[in-house]
Amino acid sequence: MPSLRRTRQPQPVIAGVGSAETDVGDADVRRRLYADPGLPDRVFRAVLRSGGGLVLAVMLLVGGFLLYRAWLALDRAGWSFLTTAAWEPGSGKFGIAAVIVGTILIATVAVLVAVPLATGAALYISEYASPRLRRTLISVVDLMAAVPSVVYGLWGVFFLQDKVLPVARWISTYLGWIPVLDVQGADPGDPLAPESIYTSSTFIAGLVVGMMIAPIICSIMREVFSQAPAGEREGAYALGATRWGVIRSVVLPFGRGGMIGGTMLGLGRALGETIAVFMIISVTFQVQWHILQSGTSSVSSLIALRYGEAGEFSMSALMAAGFSLFVMTLIVNFAASSIVARSRSGATSDA
Amino acid sequence: MTVAPEAPGARQATGRPGTTLPARGADPAGERRRALTRLHATDVYAMVGAATAALSMTWLLFRRLLPFNGAVGFVVIAYGLFLLVYALLVSFDEDGPAIVDRIAAAVVRSMGLLLVVILAFVVVYALVQGRKALVHLNFFTQSMELAGPLQPLGVGGALHAAAGTLIMITIALLITVPAGLVCAVFLNEVPGAYARFVRTIVEAMTALPSVVAGLFIYATVILGLGLDQSGLAAGLALSVMMLPIIIRAADVVIRLVPGTLREASYAMGTSRWRTVWHVVLPTCRSGLTTAVILGTARGIGETSPVLLTAGFTNELNLNPLHDPMVSLPLVTFEFVKSPEPNMISHGFGTAALLMALVLLLFVAARILGGRGPGHLTRRQEHRRVLASRRDARRFAERRRTADLVTIPAESESESESESESGSSS
Repeated sequence: MPSLRRTRQPQPVIAGVGSAETDVGDADVRRRLYADPGLPDRVFRAVLRSGGGLVLAVMLLVGGFLLYRAWLALDRAGWSFLTTAAWEPGSGKFGIAAVIVGTILIATVAVLVAVPLATGAALYISEYASPRLRRTLISVVDLMAAVPSVVYGLWGVFFLQDKVLPVARWISTYLGWIPVLDVQGADPGDPLAPESIYTSSTFIAGLVVGMMIAPIICSIMREVFSQAPAGEREGAYALGATRWGVIRSVVLPFGRGGMIGGTMLGLGRALGETIAVFMIISVTFQVQWHILQSGTSSVSSLIALRYGEAGEFSMSALMAAGFSLFVMTLIVNFAASSIVARSRSGATSDA
Repeated sequence: MTVAPEAPGARQATGRPGTTLPARGADPAGERRRALTRLHATDVYAMVGAATAALSMTWLLFRRLLPFNGAVGFVVIAYGLFLLVYALLVSFDEDGPAIVDRIAAAVVRSMGLLLVVILAFVVVYALVQGRKALVHLNFFTQSMELAGPLQPLGVGGALHAAAGTLIMITIALLITVPAGLVCAVFLNEVPGAYARFVRTIVEAMTALPSVVAGLFIYATVILGLGLDQSGLAAGLALSVMMLPIIIRAADVVIRLVPGTLREASYAMGTSRWRTVWHVVLPTCRSGLTTAVILGTARGIGETSPVLLTAGFTNELNLNPLHDPMVSLPLVTFEFVKSPEPNMISHGFGTAALLMALVLLLFVAARILGGRGPGHLTRRQEHRRVLASRRDARRFAERRRTADLVTIPAESESESESESESGSSS
């Protein structure tokens, strides 16, 4: 092999300078790499481009229109939009402090419930289950992600709520010294005290939303776990690791990015969830930190509750609330996808 | 001549550090065959024993010793005790890491079980509670026009909601399937900065909460253009919600088409659009079907966009342009708000119907899809084989006629027939 040097692109302008390769002759001109694709192809590309452009236009229109309509209310309210708890756009007193706090608390409870459940289930599917069982379980989890939220809501209202009340009561009695878990007006000494102060709470809504997002998180985590390199697994086994040792030293570190990303995608869904939350909570417009106490609120249930009675300005205020929710989920989603993309596993997700 | 470490010869250490060689002439009969099964009898004994002990102890605590009650508490305490007792039992014949391994396995298995149990429970609960309404045949043939809240279950049904759901989802699919597929093909076939930008925006829009999609259509179409609350508006809201989902799923599927197939097609001189139409799309047809069906399942179950845009009615309305129209999730939501038990039963009935619809779509997606690009069913393969035989016969026929007409044209006709066989396979 005489030379590994890349052959230089012949440049006719400086012919004669340089090595022997370049002065092969004047005939050696740079080839045009552009080939005319013909009319059908040009039409085809134009159609594709315009299709992409159409989708782009619709998507930008949604975001732009939301901001444009929200501007009226945002301009009037200024920074107090972020700090006011009440929602009375008619009298100019409105803000998202209460609904944002409620949304974030519900989503937090949901993530705290869903992540251990989803991690365990994903590990079981990818590491423990036999191949046949694995295929079944994957379909089951995918199906669970497709169950309509109204069905989860029904289950939460008519079944879960009654079962959870004693637990909520127990937690508030014995762990009530933690400020978040306190329930105001509860009397732990009275066994016959009505349990209605524990109903419709952030906790129950968070549990139901957690059940909803667990399969989404689970399927992303499973995907990432199953991509853990076989060589490293076998290496760990060869060093005498138990199965749990392999999981802890190979699978979990490999899948960390996917775990964080999947969790954040689930968080995005939890923030935007409407109907299941709306069916369970009773909406109040005060900042409610006590997650076990009845009455909370979320941005999406605010919109579902108030859209009908809205005039021009109230509509704008609702748009502002919707826009703030959209910005929140957008940030969470982008953070999630960039974390997933940067992680070693680099899994793609289709949630 | 490798000897397993268990062979007795290998155990005789030479005393100084270094490579341990198996002693020559060791008796190979001493090798024991290792049991490769993962499940030993002692594991089963420990598992069963721990479960029994935990249940008995919890029963004792709840019934005799402590003032506890409640099913949830019982399960939690029993589970905790089970883990403790199991760890204790395992520790009798294993050591440190093995105990941790067993406990971790037990926890992970129970998490997987819990998730599946919850799903089964949610689905079965809706179906079981819905049976009261579903056994009445009028549930499928009547609307709620004549049924007040106090009427028995023998009057009224969910026909209007089922029809509304089908009309809305049809409108949404008519918009999203062409737009979504064209956009997904665009993202893959015309790469560049523009496509990257579109992809970023589409990914951002998957974060759009569905209630905001509903609010957008409510503000533009209903308040802005002055349309009624109608099926069309609901269909549009569903499309805004479903479009990014379908584009992303289809994008992922099309990206999986092997580049070699495309290049083979281009090498045959096929134009781009023929490549897309005859190679790319047929290759990923099953994946695309799955993407669309799963998007449909999401759209069918979505309540909040419909809540804002469709209005509410108890009558059957088949015209999507005028007057309110309801969908299955929306009537479920409205029915269960009522305090009357019969209305709640109706609500569970519609939820069960909706659940059945989603299950049906899901099973359809599993049957049609779930195959990688290029994997065929037996019947498809059979059809391919027949088609290629037909082609071969046709080419042979052509060559013969070409031979008869002029002899020098042979090479040209051969190359032509080859390019055709390439593009048709």
